[in-house]
Amino acid sequence: MIRYVARRIVYMFIALFIIVSITFFISKALPGDPFSDPKLTPRIREQLYEKYGLDEPLYVQYAKYMANVAQGNLGNSYFLESRPVSQLILQRLPISAFIGIQAVIFGLVIGMVLGIVAALWHNTLWDTLAVVVAILGVSVPSFVLAPVLQYWLGLKLGWFPVAYFENWIYSVLPSLALSVFVVSTVARFMRTEMLEVIGQDYITLAKAKGLSGLAVILKHVIRNAMIPLVTVMAPLTIYIITGSLVIEQIFVVPGVGELFVQSVVVNDYSVILGTTIFFSVLFILALLIQDILYGVIDPRIRVSGAKE
Amino acid sequence: METRHRELDPDLFRSADIDAQEGERIAGPPVGFWRDSWNRLKKNRGALISLAVLVAVFAVAFVIGPLVALHSPYDQSMSQRYLGPTSDYWFGTDKFGRDMWTRVWAGTRVSIYIGLLAALLDIFVGVVYGAVSGFSGGKTDDVMQRGIEILNGVPYLIVAILAMVVFKPGILTISIALGVTGWTFMARIVRGRMLQLKDQEFALASRSLGASGLRLVWKHLIPNSLGLIVINLMFTIPAAIFAEAFLSFIGLGIQVPEASLGSLISDGAAELRFHPYLLWLPAFVFCLLMLCFNLLGDGLRDALDPKMRK
Repeated sequence: MIRYVARRIVYMFIALFIIVSITFFISKALPGDPFSDPKLTPRIREQLYEKYGLDEPLYVQYAKYMANVAQGNLGNSYFLESRPVSQLILQRLPISAFIGIQAVIFGLVIGMVLGIVAALWHNTLWDTLAVVVAILGVSVPSFVLAPVLQYWLGLKLGWFPVAYFENWIYSVLPSLALSVFVVSTVARFMRTEMLEVIGQDYITLAKAKGLSGLAVILKHVIRNAMIPLVTVMAPLTIYIITGSLVIEQIFVVPGVGELFVQSVVVNDYSVILGTTIFFSVLFILALLIQDILYGVIDPRIRVSGAKE
Repeated sequence: METRHRELDPDLFRSADIDAQEGERIAGPPVGFWRDSWNRLKKNRGALISLAVLVAVFAVAFVIGPLVALHSPYDQSMSQRYLGPTSDYWFGTDKFGRDMWTRVWAGTRVSIYIGLLAALLDIFVGVVYGAVSGFSGGKTDDVMQRGIEILNGVPYLIVAILAMVVFKPGILTISIALGVTGWTFMARIVRGRMLQLKDQEFALASRSLGASGLRLVWKHLIPNSLGLIVINLMFTIPAAIFAEAFLSFIGLGIQVPEASLGSLISDGAAELRFHPYLLWLPAFVFCLLMLCFNLLGDGLRDALDPKMRK
């Protein structure tokens, strides 16, 4: 087990190294640089280049950048008062994290309830209803849903503020828009797993032991059906990250996703790089935790993974 | 407990009269894999309706829509701004007085084009990569799998966004970006299938008859993985359509004056308060496309691989 985890962590660092290198060279290949403003005199431009180390040869810039990243220093923004990128990200992270985690928790709870109800009352109206909700949730993208929620719950009914972020009430609509996909993914997954588990021999055994129906469902069916739910962790993390890019735009939430999109628009290299690295770290960590958890829960995965 | 008493007489224990040849009789004409799958698909109403709707949307977007259009998707007319749906402008006009009917279908064409192109890239990169990796095994496989693991480390929409800022934003760049990152799942699936198939008897038989590696893969292993490949394609296509709309929505995809469903939805969302039809029409077409591809994908999975059905 320790060898397996160690191997995964080594791969994680190799992947990160390559990702950081690729993003560095991609950002250098970007058309236009942050100081291409024709109003700047050549002398000022030179000074700016010098200040940010842009006049040095590419490999020097690369080596410096890598050394800095290894120490957690992601450079300074070319705009935004040259603030450190890591500081910008950390400052905006709590808001994004709060909205994302709230969406996941809401999605998990509602999705599991839907999935469990659908499986227990298989082939009834409830089941059909849950399946329809699940399919619609996958088909209606968050960027269609978000403006509709904004308009309907925010503007028409006036229940929630439509934009910005000041306190909890502002997070409701963004989280809701993000969570619909989570609800449908989890509901679909839970339903199929429950149906699979209900048919297993150990459930028949539990019933034969004389356990009541409720005890069987709570102790055996739901518990076992939840195990494979670990595998949706990484896809959901990606979804929440990419979803935050558009949701934060729509609701004008000052989060990390909004920072990334804005930095792409204004060619703020160091922020683009920093946020990409940050997102990649998050995602790779989620993958790692998912694999380790799965290895702990289901030894078969670990063994076949080690053989590979 | 009560048991029904039944008279037992020797008659009940006579051996049944069964023709030994009966088991050899072929009840119906032999049914091939694709025929069989089609029969199963035909029973799935949701998938069939989706297929019909998709064909209809294709027809309207590519043939009927442009044929009956009264206006060009680019013509602006400041005196005709924000017209709701009328007999002249069926889907109304946008803030520049452009005809929404033609713009929505132009956007749909972009979506369909992206979906199909992503599917082609999936086949030519994903399947080939997976086949080579799985079939070669050993060191080659190891290196190729590590490559995929690394590619998987970055969320693909972020790669797409980065590619989008390096090259000129547009339909081609979106396709390339999707092709660079979208095929890894297919490659994994095909590789797994290759590993599973390449040591089976029919592969051994073909090899012992002197088939080359290429022939073995092309004639035996790929055809035996086709079901799996088709199922995966049906999930790649909506994912690619979604990715394009997503990029266009945040302004990094299709650029004006071209229209994409994503950019139309984005424009519509901004005007939702006073001109809701600008959001509803493209959003409806987009959700319809996604829904139909998802339902058809589910149906195909059940039809092509009944074991996966749950």
